[in-house]
Amino acid sequence: MKLKGAQIFFECLKKEGVEVIFGFPGGVVLDIYHEMPKSGIRHILVRHEQGAAHMADGYARATGRVGVCLVTSGPGATNTVTGVATAYMDSIPMVIFTGQVPTALIGNDAFQEVDIVGITRPCTKHNYLVKDVNDLARVIKEAFYLARTGRPGPVLVDLPKDVIQAQAEFRYPKKVELQGYRPTYEAHLGQIKRAYQLIKKAKTPVLYAGGGVILSGASEKLKTLAEMLQLPVTTTLMGIGCFPAVVPGADNKWDAHPLWMGMLGMHGTYQANMAVQHSDLLLAVGARFDDRVTGKISEFAPKAKIVHVDIDPTSISKNVPVDIPIVGDCMDAVEKLIEQVQVDPIEDLDALRKPWLSQIHEWETGHKLSYMMEGDVIKPQYVVEKLYELCTPDAIITTEVGQNQMWAAQYFQLSQPRSFLSSGGLGTMGYGLPAAIGAQVAFPERLVIDIAGDGSIQMNIQELITAVCNNLPVKVAILNNRYLGMVRQWQELFYDRSYCSTCMEAAPDFVKLAEAYGAVGLRATKPNEVEAVIREGFAIQKPVLMDFVVAREEGVYPMVPAGKNISEMLLV
Amino acid sequence: MEKGDKQKHTIGVLVENQPGVLSRVAGLFSGRGFNIDCLTVAETNEHGVSRITLVTEGDQHILEQIIKQLNKLINVIKVYDFRETEFVDREMALIKLKAESQTRAEVLRISDIFRAKIVDVSPHYYTLEVTGNETKIAAILELLEQIGIVELARTGKAALARAKKH
Repeated sequence: MKLKGAQIFFECLKKEGVEVIFGFPGGVVLDIYHEMPKSGIRHILVRHEQGAAHMADGYARATGRVGVCLVTSGPGATNTVTGVATAYMDSIPMVIFTGQVPTALIGNDAFQEVDIVGITRPCTKHNYLVKDVNDLARVIKEAFYLARTGRPGPVLVDLPKDVIQAQAEFRYPKKVELQGYRPTYEAHLGQIKRAYQLIKKAKTPVLYAGGGVILSGASEKLKTLAEMLQLPVTTTLMGIGCFPAVVPGADNKWDAHPLWMGMLGMHGTYQANMAVQHSDLLLAVGARFDDRVTGKISEFAPKAKIVHVDIDPTSISKNVPVDIPIVGDCMDAVEKLIEQVQVDPIEDLDALRKPWLSQIHEWETGHKLSYMMEGDVIKPQYVVEKLYELCTPDAIITTEVGQNQMWAAQYFQLSQPRSFLSSGGLGTMGYGLPAAIGAQVAFPERLVIDIAGDGSIQMNIQELITAVCNNLPVKVAILNNRYLGMVRQWQELFYDRSYCSTCMEAAPDFVKLAEAYGAVGLRATKPNEVEAVIREGFAIQKPVLMDFVVAREEGVYPMVPAGKNISEMLLV
Repeated sequence: MEKGDKQKHTIGVLVENQPGVLSRVAGLFSGRGFNIDCLTVAETNEHGVSRITLVTEGDQHILEQIIKQLNKLINVIKVYDFRETEFVDREMALIKLKAESQTRAEVLRISDIFRAKIVDVSPHYYTLEVTGNETKIAAILELLEQIGIVELARTGKAALARAKKH
């Protein structure tokens, strides 16, 4: 029996196990929307297509499944581009379906026509324009396969209106045949052995883990490896949660894991940056030596031999020369390293590590992350600490971008993978709220908190109504300093305190705004109100916007000025 | 990474013959700040497979990245890195010259030396076809430049790895 393209579309999505689509309809995708109610797949109607892309992204990061969005042609498609680029930079599996004008009109500057395949070529893992309904099922199969395998990423599929209206036999291919695509999953054993020999000899080793560990599901194994070898651990922003910040199951929420050093890089902890700079061996797993991590590249980890595990060969030796490259899945490489340790353990490990771990401990105690409470003013870091103190252990945190993101990374102790969702590579303001909605769709019972700034929350505030009408009780904590705080901080430090265009004194009343959307608005202006607001916000089973009026000119520290060696930290 | 000496390099790329594939390859170079000196593309004997030959410039580190990035493109089937293998390469040039009575004999002589062919003749112009490697094309152009090249069309390089001797 022949099916319409639009029906084939849903048959394919069902085969892929898709539960939810984030989307926004329009002229050329109406045939798909017409079939949607029959498909049984849930649709979340967003208020702006950028929101749809970030929701699919948040859903994917929280679950590990492929996030799906569906939008119309032209502006519908271009509005997703920031979300697509965000997912691409952070290797997030997503499939984006865009409508397109009928094939006969392509190239004619038709109404709502845009070459979205051309536009998104550099910010997707791959993309397709389907010109024949007979190719539709194969293309969708390939799109999902590409999105989730190898180094994951977004794949865009452009669907002309006549293609989804045309009919074809529905046959879902069993296998994907792509001659040019064979990701390397298995780490080369010889390289693993060479790497282990270096690790064995190292006196001051550091394990530097990134988002790849989470994507590969290797967090638990990584912890095993680190504990077996007593390796101090630091992660990138993307890696947060892949190693437990606090001892799992401890009574005290602040009981730090003895090997955990915190995040490294521009706003990394003192001990993490110092340890990397003094390391004689850096074991990099699923991280890509981003400039926000390395600072001045020629002075990064100057004494260290570098072992780099990554599934993407282009990441290896891209920014820093690597001594032992290991192309493969983080999970496979870490498991193989564990086997090496089991076969050939390091003798007197405790004695060997003692001086190094106590040196790190000394750095830490001398330069703890800290802030000063001053009078009746709320410090933003205090809000983040309180959010952590009062949240449930399975809470999911999303962030916007800027100071809010860095304070969340520094002061919220995360111990589970897929529980810290943040736009790392692209640094997309406006990511946090829609990502939180995506995560809440996946996990309706968990506490989902967007740690936001007053600047970035306004970039996708329209999605508050999406949360309200779908009963998604996300909590937004705005660290409201009435500035674009991170940019202001750079102006303070490097641009003579000339706060050009960073002052956001003219802002909406966030409490009233929340009420206008049908959400709940709460506000704290003094430190002693913070806890009550958070407790109340967490208790309400509705979307809540908590406006914390915080110190205006608080900075994020430590800070490594751009282009400096990462041990040259500004500490106040 | 430390920057080394810039060198010219020839790379062969087998790609699936699909719409947009050339744009993916070209976009990779422009988007990542790599250079393309020249590029040729045409179908191969295998159905649905095209071969791109391109010449690029960069140090070893950049070349390494270019090759890895090319391999990462989904439509790229195979990348031939000619740094480690011997290869033959040829380019064809069409050269239109002013050929008045006093220079015609010289043009014919040069064309003979380089085994070029005269493919079009008119009262005042000759068009030559010449095939060879980069050095040969450069040499004939240098000589003909003195006579007066009116127009020049070059194909860019095509290259294949040499077959193993044993």
